[in-house]
Amino acid sequence: MHRRQFIGLVGGSTAAVLAGCVGDSETGGDAAILDETLTLTTTTSTYDTGLLGEVNGAFTDRFGAEVDAVAQGTGAALETARRGDSDVVMVHARGLEDEFMREGYGVNRRDLMFNDFVVVGPDDDPAGIDGMNEVTDAFAAIADAEAIFVSRGDNSGTHNKELNIWEAAGIEPSGEWYREAGSGMGEVLNQADLEEGAHTLADRGTFISQRSELESLAIRVQGPIEGGPELLANPYGVIAVNPAVHDNVNYDLAMAYIGFITSRDGQELIREYTVEGEQLFFPEAVAEIPNFQQYVPEDWKPET
Amino acid sequence: MIGSGIPTTACTGLCGPLFVEFPYGYEGILNIIYVSLYVSLTAVALSTVFSITVAVLVGFNDFPGRGFVIALINTGMGLPSVVVGLVVLFAVSNQGPLGQAGFHLVFTREAMIMSQFVLATPVITGISLAAVTGVDDGIRDAAHAMGGRRLDVALVTIREARYGILTGVLAGLGRAISEVGSVLIVGGNIEGQTRTLTTAIQLEARQGRFELALVLGVVLVALVLLINGLLLKLGDRQIR
Repeated sequence: MHRRQFIGLVGGSTAAVLAGCVGDSETGGDAAILDETLTLTTTTSTYDTGLLGEVNGAFTDRFGAEVDAVAQGTGAALETARRGDSDVVMVHARGLEDEFMREGYGVNRRDLMFNDFVVVGPDDDPAGIDGMNEVTDAFAAIADAEAIFVSRGDNSGTHNKELNIWEAAGIEPSGEWYREAGSGMGEVLNQADLEEGAHTLADRGTFISQRSELESLAIRVQGPIEGGPELLANPYGVIAVNPAVHDNVNYDLAMAYIGFITSRDGQELIREYTVEGEQLFFPEAVAEIPNFQQYVPEDWKPET
Repeated sequence: MIGSGIPTTACTGLCGPLFVEFPYGYEGILNIIYVSLYVSLTAVALSTVFSITVAVLVGFNDFPGRGFVIALINTGMGLPSVVVGLVVLFAVSNQGPLGQAGFHLVFTREAMIMSQFVLATPVITGISLAAVTGVDDGIRDAAHAMGGRRLDVALVTIREARYGILTGVLAGLGRAISEVGSVLIVGGNIEGQTRTLTTAIQLEARQGRFELALVLGVVLVALVLLINGLLLKLGDRQIR
């Protein structure tokens, strides 16, 4: 019990304090954050799946503060935050997140939730990757067969993951078959769907929420949620923008948001969110066993 | 209005009584239309005042570099909206000059108005300039001869050039209300705040809801048609 309370302390206490403030305001006290607006830059996957609408609505109900959600893709979302144009980021590329924190732009990172990536491809499976256990093998087979692969090519979290997989497979993708779209997940899925025999790497959430619109694509390599390789894990983090770097950011509201979304209630919202009966995101912020690596860059060690 | 002209066979699982199921309510649509109109009409109104002034000044006066200014205006008509969006973003960002001056303009309608102003102004100025310089010299001379001051002469010229100027205003409006690149960058496509018809279309297309995107496109075109009709009628009545 103690341990759990300790883990919840970072976000939870802030949320509790601020919740107290709002409580006061209802009885005529100081309305500290009522009517304020929080700017959240995030990825298209959290936005397009509809998850954010659900979570942000609940946040507004509870705190009376509006959330302006801007869906940009991980690279752009972090860049906007670097300029001090957003208060909090929700992204999914740990390497980029760590860089963001090392540079001092972000503070109080929390692990939020995860889902996974899947490799989707056409029904006739020209590269013969269906059901492969290793995604690196599947990528190698696609490259060998020179089957069309549509890359996000937009420095998003998914694009970064894709590049990591090519690297792990020891392949530098290039040629007619490798198409860098420079677009969001939804657009790339559409493109792969319209193009004959194209593959792409997609986050499971966006794929499921868009599946009814996609005629020729199916999951060819599963992610870890369905027993696939760990390399396809897709963890999301939430980070407040450092108020010491940008004094204009709404830091306390950002922490209230982080507190809410990593609380039991917030995590329950994530767990219960389904599209077509399928759960899209798996909460991981509430845990008894401490995970200190979530607060700092993954390989961070104190200097002694 | 909604769903007109959209073949039912194109629907896949999204078809309701209106052919297309809207993910946001009726009020959501109205808000999107309102934001589109508010941003574009404000931008074009401000731009019109600015553009006519510039057109008259450049049209009436001969000064060194005049040809260059005209070339600049005409080049501006081809500015890519994404580039304009980025420039405005850097200006209004908290790191930019306006942000540093204490204005909070990122992801606001005001920033969108700024970028559409930049996009519409070369179009309105360029076409107005052509209209103003096309006015018969005799009319200006006559106005002078009747003892008109510079302002009077300018007003007479604007009056004569009204149809050309109106064409410019409508072209500028078309440029502003239909562009998606800059408002997406500086506005952020925030639901209920900075979501316009064009950014909503982009969002729906991104998610593969092509029917809905098309319906919104029809709404946009109908709106522009309506404004065109109104302005032409208004311009006709007022100036005569």
